[in-house]
Amino acid sequence: MGQSLPLMEGALPFEVCGRHGGHTKNMNVSMTVNGSVQAITVEPRMTLLDALRDVLRLTGPKKACDRGECGACTVLIEGRRVLSCMTLAVMHDGQRITTIEGLEHDARLNAVQEAFIEHDGFQCGFCTSGQIMSAVAMIEEAKLGWPSAATEDVTRPFTLNDLSAAEIRERMSGNLCRCSCYPNIVDAVTEATHRS
Amino acid sequence: MHTFTFSRAADLTKAIAAHAEDPHLAFIAGGTDLVGLMKDHVALPQHVLDINSLPDMSRIEALPDGGLRIGALARMNDVAADVEVRRRFPVITESLLFAASGQIRNMASMGGNIMQRTRCAYFRDEDDLPCNKRRPGSGCAARDGLNRLHAIFGWSDECVATNPSDLAVALAALDANVIVRGPEGQRSITFTEFQRLPGNTPEHDNVLERGDLIISIEVPPRIEGRASHYLKVRDRQSYEFALVSTAAAVAMDGGRIRSARLAMGGVAHKPWRLTAAEAALRGMSLNDIDALKKAIGLSFIDARPLAQNGFKVELGQRVALRAVQVAGGRA
Repeated sequence: MGQSLPLMEGALPFEVCGRHGGHTKNMNVSMTVNGSVQAITVEPRMTLLDALRDVLRLTGPKKACDRGECGACTVLIEGRRVLSCMTLAVMHDGQRITTIEGLEHDARLNAVQEAFIEHDGFQCGFCTSGQIMSAVAMIEEAKLGWPSAATEDVTRPFTLNDLSAAEIRERMSGNLCRCSCYPNIVDAVTEATHRS
Repeated sequence: MHTFTFSRAADLTKAIAAHAEDPHLAFIAGGTDLVGLMKDHVALPQHVLDINSLPDMSRIEALPDGGLRIGALARMNDVAADVEVRRRFPVITESLLFAASGQIRNMASMGGNIMQRTRCAYFRDEDDLPCNKRRPGSGCAARDGLNRLHAIFGWSDECVATNPSDLAVALAALDANVIVRGPEGQRSITFTEFQRLPGNTPEHDNVLERGDLIISIEVPPRIEGRASHYLKVRDRQSYEFALVSTAAAVAMDGGRIRSARLAMGGVAHKPWRLTAAEAALRGMSLNDIDALKKAIGLSFIDARPLAQNGFKVELGQRVALRAVQVAGGRA
């Protein structure tokens, strides 16, 4: 990213004929991040992840693959889990963003954070903030009755009681852990689900 | 990433006019494909127009006739979780839930899903290997290269890529319609006509023109809708594109198949309807495995596997068979 790469020649139908080095303009973006309003100025090409890390200095969301493959950059937008590396900061003017730095309340960790510590849900810890942000929102999705690819019959209502280990594994599949702490992560998320 | 300007569309007509007038403008909705294509320098728009604020395009409507109208900006997870989508067309919910990850499904839009570009590694490669889809006239590196994941039907020497959308396979099986608004007004495109085969112009994934914007997807009422299933086989159990998949929707008459709808993913440049199999399956018992196999085999007579994907011919037939059995079992 950022470096000059070979230009593409010929007309393609996918709106792709732009050239490097074209005119760009910094834009003002105002977001409520972890409860406080943040007004920043960014280039349109800056991802939400880079804006959080490099402009707002919130380094909880991690930049690992930067291609939407690993989940380490997971944050919440309006309470929903998303990949901050695959969206532009300028698309989120006026929205409410939560990073792992915003999970703690009144000096108390979130139930998912506590469960990860109790169940040793990490080794190197690089994927952990993404795992935890994903799990926090995933439990809310289950509470809303959302089915998953592990759900036997999607035509029936889904309840929190149906959130088995297989369901958790499927629903957390967007978060990779190279240390392969998966058994402990599943245990931690199971525990956090019971507490919520 | 290259530099570009950005603006937010508030008005549908103006957004369409801007797209029609400026060949360097790209719409962005969920962004999960476009941002990746820009990072890989496959897409280099000079202007990015955010359509997320356009009104009335996120609705999921259960129509009184038994069909659905799904707004182009509805997110995959919201559609998958919708109670009426689940009840009327489980195959749609399953095709969405077997795709991507929880995070991506919260971001990705329905319109963007059916616009997503191939995952062919040569198309996405940053080293500018030959790819007619990326750079017309440069050749197809996959034709005699790494083509295990590529097409067995409908390919040309110019392009052997497959369409990566799971949702598209379900929509093709159900003969859904894509509602498109262009500078000349609104039109409806039958799903099987929406995406195209590569021929000698693989740079065109579908039939959309400049200035066209997908407004919604309409699924007509189908007697086969309720007993439907999406079966996807992949290298990993989750968060992976299909090797082969099948959307099956079956109406039963007693123990026999009254009508069947079958489309496959992972085998062609567009969802591949198994029309010969659909006709032959009529009247068959779900328990007569040999007859079912023979019927499905009719749609594989014209399969043309590449050097590394011969396994898809056998795998495809088995996946189709099981999809029919599971779907029929739900009737």
